[in-house]
Amino acid sequence: MRIAFSSEGDSWDSMVDPRFGRARYLLLLDEATNELTAYDNSANCAEAHGAGPKTAQSILDKNPQVLITGNGPGRNADTVLSAGGIQVYVGAGRMTIKEAYEAYKQDTLTKNG
Amino acid sequence: MNIAIASGKGGTGKTTLSTSLATFLSQTYEPVLVDLDVEEPNTGLLVRGDEVHAQDMFKLVPEWTGNCSLCGQCRDICNFNAVIQTGSSITILSDLCHSCHACSELCRESALPMVQERIGVLKRFRSAQLHRVESILDVGQDQATPLIAQTKDYVSEHFDDHFIKIYDCPPGTACAVVEAVKGADYVILVTEPTPFGLYDLKLAVELIRKMGLEFGVVVNRSGIGNDDVLKYCRDNWIPILAKIPNDRRIAEYHSEGTLISDGLQFLEGHLGAIENYLDLSVVAGAG
Amino acid sequence: MREIVIISGKGGTGKTSVMASFSYLGGKDLVLADCDVDAADLHMLMQPRIETTADYFGGLKARIDSDHCKNCGLCKDVCRFDSISVKEGIHGVDAMVCEGCGYCQRVCPAEAISMHPEHVGDVYISQSRVGSSMVHARLNAGADNSGKLVSQVKSEAKRIAMELDRKMVLIDGSPGIGCPVISSLTGADYVVLVTEPTQAGLHDLERIYELIKSFNIPCGCIVNKFDINIKITRRIKAFMHTKGIEFIAKIPYDEGFTEAMTEGLTILEYDQNGISTILRNSWERIKVLTQG
Repeated sequence: MRIAFSSEGDSWDSMVDPRFGRARYLLLLDEATNELTAYDNSANCAEAHGAGPKTAQSILDKNPQVLITGNGPGRNADTVLSAGGIQVYVGAGRMTIKEAYEAYKQDTLTKNG
Repeated sequence: MNIAIASGKGGTGKTTLSTSLATFLSQTYEPVLVDLDVEEPNTGLLVRGDEVHAQDMFKLVPEWTGNCSLCGQCRDICNFNAVIQTGSSITILSDLCHSCHACSELCRESALPMVQERIGVLKRFRSAQLHRVESILDVGQDQATPLIAQTKDYVSEHFDDHFIKIYDCPPGTACAVVEAVKGADYVILVTEPTPFGLYDLKLAVELIRKMGLEFGVVVNRSGIGNDDVLKYCRDNWIPILAKIPNDRRIAEYHSEGTLISDGLQFLEGHLGAIENYLDLSVVAGAG
Repeated sequence: MREIVIISGKGGTGKTSVMASFSYLGGKDLVLADCDVDAADLHMLMQPRIETTADYFGGLKARIDSDHCKNCGLCKDVCRFDSISVKEGIHGVDAMVCEGCGYCQRVCPAEAISMHPEHVGDVYISQSRVGSSMVHARLNAGADNSGKLVSQVKSEAKRIAMELDRKMVLIDGSPGIGCPVISSLTGADYVVLVTEPTQAGLHDLERIYELIKSFNIPCGCIVNKFDINIKITRRIKAFMHTKGIEFIAKIPYDEGFTEAMTEGLTILEYDQNGISTILRNSWERIKVLTQG
């Protein structure tokens, strides 16, 4: 499984960014190799309009099956993510990436939609 | 004659003024009140009338035919992030689309023809001597500007230059306001004599001067605050059309939406002053 | 660190006066963020001393390089916004009308058109007169507020709160239900709605509530000028009850708000009457509601 996170930093100890579209980083976890890759999202943050769908596009391009975030994507980003068949989990806004991943495995995060 | 009624900040009494001015003028002329605050059109809460016409309003957005090689050019072209490639399909986020046609016309496979999408509804009302036109943006639509432009087009097509047209504009100084006041013969800026009112008035004046329009100020809730607004207008050669005194009863009438029937007598003298200042009897050629 | 947003659907409900009162009560424990950039009035009551200024760039605008332009007119043909005009044979862009779609740039055979983010305002980091840090912004006339600007103001405020170990970021939110207010709300721990008992106030409250609900943020409500229409105040209370919104307080119509504002003061400093008590109690209640 490939899992994406919205994140404030680039490591396991970083906090999940509660924002989706203007998240500082996107992290991608490949569960097969347990490898965590960080992508700087500041270019998408700087979009005057439509930062949400632009970030959703960036996530789709990385081809994950799951996204873990804080408040949850807005309406447009949600449209894009569901069109791309990604399952979104929300409510991880006060956790580190590591904690959020554990919570996901324990199935204690909220499924969006 | 096109009169735009605007204000730097919300809640200064802009809609109260435009509805009562229109009602007052309808005693003599046959004015048209146009509600351009399309996100929150509230003139209908204050002026009643019979609906005589309704029509859907549209904008043009691309629609994916489903038949293309997924080259990705459209998503790269769109500066508004309204075209997104989701796996093997193209998703259009129409509320972000500005109808620039670039993705559609530059697509080599003609896979994105432009189609109409409803953005709101325009309605026209009539009561005795008063016409009223309002447009309401559908919930979920983000851009007020195209609907404002189309509503103004509708009004110019249906009411010629002999009508006095009063446009209730959206609050603020953003681009929806630019669209709403564009082409006005006169702009009335409504403000309050307070520091907040003055600060927001200055921004509105900056905008209207930049657009090169003729304008004046109506001071609402006169008597509260201080004299800084009056002083600012005097120092900058801005005419003050009327000073409407502060009266809690006006707020109470407004809250119920009964201002026009019960509250007009409070305002009659001030509205007459505005009429005289703008020389409306000459414009409308009536009496 | 907690993030609290104060919003109201329509203007003129007294949101900024309430915000200023809480800013006064919270003192230097807070970081203030003014995201109501369209009517950025908080600075008049907090008299911030500006310490740093950063440029804010909005959407893109096209620019034609007249040295390379062959005046073929293709840009003018494709522009749907009538933003390109010809003066004395030279093509130019009216930046006020240009929407930044970039169609002209893509079709220009001479590659004479480039797109540039427009400098439309400034973001300030300041010290307010009550000892708190304050982040605020100013937009040029005709420029639009956006989620990007709100996000920039908020992230500066949060950065400062982290660095100085402040407990709370208090945000004056944007009006409406569009992109700026969505940016104001994301990441918030609690929302305070300030409304008034008018038809328009109730209508806007219902619309904004739908948005808050979709973000799962707990919220409470303050009804200002409640006695100008007791009937609508009751309807607002009933609405809040059915939606599970905490009723924080109701404030009577009082011209002291305006008088205090005229002096550049919060109502708490101007007048020690019942309204000060209501606002103090509201603030204590909000602190309790947002702990944990």
